[in-house]
Amino acid sequence: MIALSDYLILAAILFGISIAGIFLNRKNVIILLMAIELMLLAVNLNFIAFSRYLGDTAGQVFVFFILTVAAAEAAIGLAILVVLFRNKRTINVDDLNQMKG
Amino acid sequence: MGVEKILFYLFAAIMLASATAVITVRNPVRAALFLVLTFFASAAIWLLLEAEFLAVALVLVYVGAVMVLFLFVVMMLDVNLARLREGFARYLPIGVLIALLMITVLVMIVGPEQFGLAKFAEPLRHDADYSNTRELGLILYTVYVYPFEIAAVILLVAIVAAIALTLRRRPYTKYQNPDEQISVKRDDRIRLVDVPTEQRK
Repeated sequence: MIALSDYLILAAILFGISIAGIFLNRKNVIILLMAIELMLLAVNLNFIAFSRYLGDTAGQVFVFFILTVAAAEAAIGLAILVVLFRNKRTINVDDLNQMKG
Repeated sequence: MGVEKILFYLFAAIMLASATAVITVRNPVRAALFLVLTFFASAAIWLLLEAEFLAVALVLVYVGAVMVLFLFVVMMLDVNLARLREGFARYLPIGVLIALLMITVLVMIVGPEQFGLAKFAEPLRHDADYSNTRELGLILYTVYVYPFEIAAVILLVAIVAAIALTLRRRPYTKYQNPDEQISVKRDDRIRLVDVPTEQRK
């Protein structure tokens, strides 16, 4: 018997790993995007686990929408990355300072 | 220990190990491939949770499309890996510390006391002829039809944005100008030259 808490703890550990990934790879935009994908995966796992244990299909519908938005986010993020590399020849976060924010 | 539990721990171990590899490996191409493995393992766990449609969609959409896009971009860009790895060792302690803190707090919230088997008993498995796709479709196209259409518009915006961002006009490319082409006169193109004829000796 697998408890609901097992799935939730698994998702929590995955979320923690992706948080660590954002801290460790704070210069590399590609790995940052991958860490965001991992975070969304952890959230999706939570949604699906609750959907099964509460017997409500709505959770799976929301996972569907999260997948849609994540795909759009990845497409636009990578497009921005390609334009950035074309203009500055780098994807280092430290070099992205032309807006002086 | 049932076969379900063995499968759960097997795929959970694969998932966590490959997720750790994603954030620690040096080469971004390998990170993308490990991310593919993470998605596969989590698709298997979604199958254990009887979300068959979403598990297949995860493999098709994520592994098939999004990760191939990632790999494409990673391989296209010629990045200096040594500079991007700067500060990795310096941020390792604080990163691990914050991750452990976050995991501890989250486990305290979602731990077995709140969401254990005593509070939430495992639901019965559905019959063999149960269709998760049908169930999802029935609710998606009725209750959630407007959010579904908004999702479609979001995807359209993503397509337009990705094309608009990466489209560029190269200055050295030759273009045709139809306006000039149709308004051309005969005199612009043809020049009659009066060549003197030579007499053969």
